[in-house]
Amino acid sequence: MPDVSLAALAAQVFTGLVLGGIFVLLAIGLSLIFGLMTVVNFSHGALYMLGAYFGYVLLTRTGSFTIALVLAPALVGALGLLVERFLIRPLYGRSPDDPLLLTFGLSLVVVETARLIWGKIGLPLDPPPALAGAVNLGFTYFPTYRLFVIAVTAVVLLALWLFLEKTNIGLLIRAASRDPLMVRALGFDVGRVWFIVFGIGTGLAGLAGILAGPMRGAYAEMGVTIIIESFVVVVVGGMGSLVGAVVSGLLIGQVVSLTTFFAPKLAEIVVFIFMAVILLLRPSGLFGEAGLLE
Amino acid sequence: MSAAAAWVRRHPVLTFFVVFAIFPWVVPYKSLATQVLIYGLFALGFNLLYGYTGLLSFGAAAYWGLGAYGTGIALAKLKVTSLWLALGAGLGAAVLGGAVFGFFCLRRRGIYFAMLTLAFAQLLYFIGFHLSSWTGGDDGLRGIPQLTLGFPGFPVSLEKPLAFYYFCFVLVGLAVALLKRILDSPFGAVLQAIRENSDRAVACGYDIDRVKLLSFVFSAMFAGLAGALDALRLTVVPIESLYWTTSGQVVMMTLLGGAGTFFGPFVGATAFLVLEDRLSAFTESWPLVIGAIFSAFVLFLPRGIWGTIIGGFHGRQSA
Repeated sequence: MPDVSLAALAAQVFTGLVLGGIFVLLAIGLSLIFGLMTVVNFSHGALYMLGAYFGYVLLTRTGSFTIALVLAPALVGALGLLVERFLIRPLYGRSPDDPLLLTFGLSLVVVETARLIWGKIGLPLDPPPALAGAVNLGFTYFPTYRLFVIAVTAVVLLALWLFLEKTNIGLLIRAASRDPLMVRALGFDVGRVWFIVFGIGTGLAGLAGILAGPMRGAYAEMGVTIIIESFVVVVVGGMGSLVGAVVSGLLIGQVVSLTTFFAPKLAEIVVFIFMAVILLLRPSGLFGEAGLLE
Repeated sequence: MSAAAAWVRRHPVLTFFVVFAIFPWVVPYKSLATQVLIYGLFALGFNLLYGYTGLLSFGAAAYWGLGAYGTGIALAKLKVTSLWLALGAGLGAAVLGGAVFGFFCLRRRGIYFAMLTLAFAQLLYFIGFHLSSWTGGDDGLRGIPQLTLGFPGFPVSLEKPLAFYYFCFVLVGLAVALLKRILDSPFGAVLQAIRENSDRAVACGYDIDRVKLLSFVFSAMFAGLAGALDALRLTVVPIESLYWTTSGQVVMMTLLGGAGTFFGPFVGATAFLVLEDRLSAFTESWPLVIGAIFSAFVLFLPRGIWGTIIGGFHGRQSA
């Protein structure tokens, strides 16, 4: 067991918070899309990877991290809209397995295309100079960029919450996730709502990608492991529950980060053990309602 | 054509033995024929669960890998000298793994089930990765000897590719006959009832949890036998056996061929392996092409190749 100083432990908690933030952004996108459309987007990890690569291209072309941070998720979201329009929409009314299968095929295509364009070796993304150093938190020094990631995640979550709770479109989205038939009967175009939500969800994946870029670099396989972990986050939180996605994402971020600290070899395994325990105790997840698309 | 198709439908086991008896001379080279048999068996197991029971698993790699490592470790690490015993070890590991993981995964249905199977398979991959003293870790398990087959009285060497092909031919043939037996039994009828409408199956008084778990275990058993045979074929078990890409492969093979059809898995395995072989000759990005073809099949040809020819199941609620 490593020398456990409180400062080192606290630093690890912060690292877990960063990881948890990335999990939350991915899981909330997955959960939003699922809750509304009952579509499991297997290509979410591939879009996360594209977010990082788009960020790399924008950063090297424009030199501005801000532009990259805004445009990369927007581009990924736009791609998501195309995917919904031309690939997912024809599958409505068929088995819910079909969109999962289709997006699985799509993720192969996207990952291989990225490998063709950007090569097999990962590309580095430099955080902007203002965020390059470390901040003294009193008990430890912590990379400024990672604090920035926590802040951005918090702001985006707040904005998403306000959007869903306070705007008319948000109201429509919540209504359509509860009873799409009734919303349609009231004269709203549910297909349009799904379209928008798919764009938002995939955009969040792109945001997670560009945020993760400066910490891990951009590489073609970066979405593979994290999509499976995000599935775990969603299952633990309760499918379709946004609060569940947030709580479970932060929780699993801590679990992974602290296990990395105490028992590095178990770090990759502990997520799944955690999930198995939750499944035994609460089969529908922490915040899930049983019966949603079962 | 329809008369021939009707004959094939009535005598699937016989058809298997006729077609695969001459199969090595039909395909471009003989090792491809062995691969088709082994991956076909793998897909057959997947198809039992997805095509017939309606449960989409993304974790078939776990049972394929357990079979491969079970047999491989018995031969390479425990120095078991009987091939039958080693195959039994692989099969046992896969069945046991199927029972344990199946219990967990079947606690959730539908789309959750797919994600859980994927997660548990990935768990096994990481365990295999870290237990390198047993599994060889990243390098894969090496040093699996090629043994002769111990029949009482006359030993048969499996070193010649054709001898190994017919060894697989017999075992896969037995598995095919077993699958036919399963599907024709009342149990098989319940499986398909669950696929069509699980609530109704419950209302009819069937213990569908038990039936689904059995289907899961049978599926794991077929996958395990296929994995064990592949370990013998390659004389090494790569760590990728447990990786999710292996699960993805069997999903693609089955759907390309036609889920819920008896020969779909073999047709799909042939199509996939021939495609992979031809494409990888001139591009490293062959998964791109296969991924695109697979997506096109989901969109436009959901019954798959064989399913489109004979008309089969597709696209009902997976419950």
